[in-house]
Amino acid sequence: MIKVDSLSKRYGRVLAVDNISFNIEKGEVVGLLGPNGAGKTTTMKMLTSFLPCTAGRITVDGLDVFGDSLKVRQRIGYLPENCPLYMDMEVEQFLKFCAEIRGIDSSKRKKAVDKMIAECDLKKVTHKIISHLSKGYRQRVGLAQAMIHDPDILIMDEPTSGLDPNQIRDILNLINNLGQQKTVIHSTHILTEAESTSKRILIINNGKIVGEGTPEQLSAQSAGTAVFAAIKGEDVQAKLEAVDFIKDVSKTKDADDGYVQYAMHGQSEDSIAEDVFKLAVTNGWVINELHTQKASLEDVFARLTRG
Amino acid sequence: MRNVLAIFKKEFFSYIASPVGFVFIIFYTLVANGFFLIVQDFFRQGQVTMRGYFYVLPWIFLFFVPAITMRLWAEEKKMGSIELLLTMPLTEFQIIFGKFLAAFAFLCVTMSFSITIPITLGLLGDPDAGVILGSYIGAMLMGGAYLAIGLYFSSLTDNQVVAFIFSLVAIFVLLLAGIVPMYLNKVGPIVYVFEYISLLTHFHNVARGVIDTRDVIYYVSIIVLFLFLNIKNIEARKWR
Repeated sequence: MIKVDSLSKRYGRVLAVDNISFNIEKGEVVGLLGPNGAGKTTTMKMLTSFLPCTAGRITVDGLDVFGDSLKVRQRIGYLPENCPLYMDMEVEQFLKFCAEIRGIDSSKRKKAVDKMIAECDLKKVTHKIISHLSKGYRQRVGLAQAMIHDPDILIMDEPTSGLDPNQIRDILNLINNLGQQKTVIHSTHILTEAESTSKRILIINNGKIVGEGTPEQLSAQSAGTAVFAAIKGEDVQAKLEAVDFIKDVSKTKDADDGYVQYAMHGQSEDSIAEDVFKLAVTNGWVINELHTQKASLEDVFARLTRG
Repeated sequence: MRNVLAIFKKEFFSYIASPVGFVFIIFYTLVANGFFLIVQDFFRQGQVTMRGYFYVLPWIFLFFVPAITMRLWAEEKKMGSIELLLTMPLTEFQIIFGKFLAAFAFLCVTMSFSITIPITLGLLGDPDAGVILGSYIGAMLMGGAYLAIGLYFSSLTDNQVVAFIFSLVAIFVLLLAGIVPMYLNKVGPIVYVFEYISLLTHFHNVARGVIDTRDVIYYVSIIVLFLFLNIKNIEARKWR
């Protein structure tokens, strides 16, 4: 549905987005994850045809984002960063304006607006001026604006920033619900959000995609699965290190009754606990503790974006 | 056209819904009528014409019209709502023309409060209605040219004060072009160029109530030119 092909964006000397490519299929919920200044917002601005790309091409349903800009824009609902709105308008009036611009016939406009007011829970503030609303309500008005024409694609730039935990949960629930029918792209730098909503995560750092996949795949790809073992025996570290597929062997805790705790990683998603156990048996080591631990998204994120 | 209308309604509402709009209208009416009735001493002149009113209008508009247009783009840029606007399925022309029409309509509303003057003239004597009507039409054409210039300069910055000053200076220069040549009439044919590009020289006829096609063409050209530059300036973000 959305095809991004070797996309780059240069602001003067700074390369904000560096040759990224990805595809997004219909009905996917994709989280763009990355530290601040990684290029998430720039990528979204290019997807919505607000900014041109320096190189590369974006197509939506085969339509070029710049060549057929108006058609593409009609298919996209966009919630920009910090949720800019027309502050001097009333909520209902603003939504009517958006509906009109989105080309909804005047006979259906009232219905579309009412539907959004109900869905985004704006009943209480229908006739309030937007500048008088709290941040949470403004965000909901922004969402209502983005969805009023029932677009196939919803692009949201940090939809949860500045909200309280309850509001964040509401928005995440909404994203999950929307994900059933629409293609959703949202950006965040909060890992648990990406984990709880996205079927697929793209990790962006310094303008490049440094990781891609489901949260599970990402953990496995980058960090492998960690195994912790408390072992009593001789030459344990040297013998563990001698095995090809065991990496990063390190002592995590010193001897306690002769047991030394080691941490190590395998190369793939599968746990190496079994191999460690067999090795212990062969060498006549005693094992007091053996468990595997999947790398959390935090570890993955730190690994991919610090290096 | 529907999109132009949507933008027009939104922007026009912004003018009349805020107290600033009313303060503006009152202030304008006080200044423009004050000049005519008090500074120019209308009641002792013994003439039932509005020539004095229109005579100073280019200078009154110089300060008032940039105040109408300064927020049109600068505010969108400052608040970030430009991102909302430019990712909606609208062309640059539709947005700019809608904004221009809204500002023009607001200027018309403001000007309509000067209707008390022709009514007063009618009560005092027998003014030439055709001349007054012609002057109003000419004044609106000139106002349109000022608005187009102001709208363009608003699109260059995200600061309303800067937009106001830039527009004021640009209009001021175009007014001066009509005065300066009087003092250097020895420099040759260049004088005609200055006179032609000046907003002021074209208003001399208009203030007398004469609508000359040349003046109409001039003002319409200025409007078209600056709206065109405005479109190009907003499109410039797309240039690679």
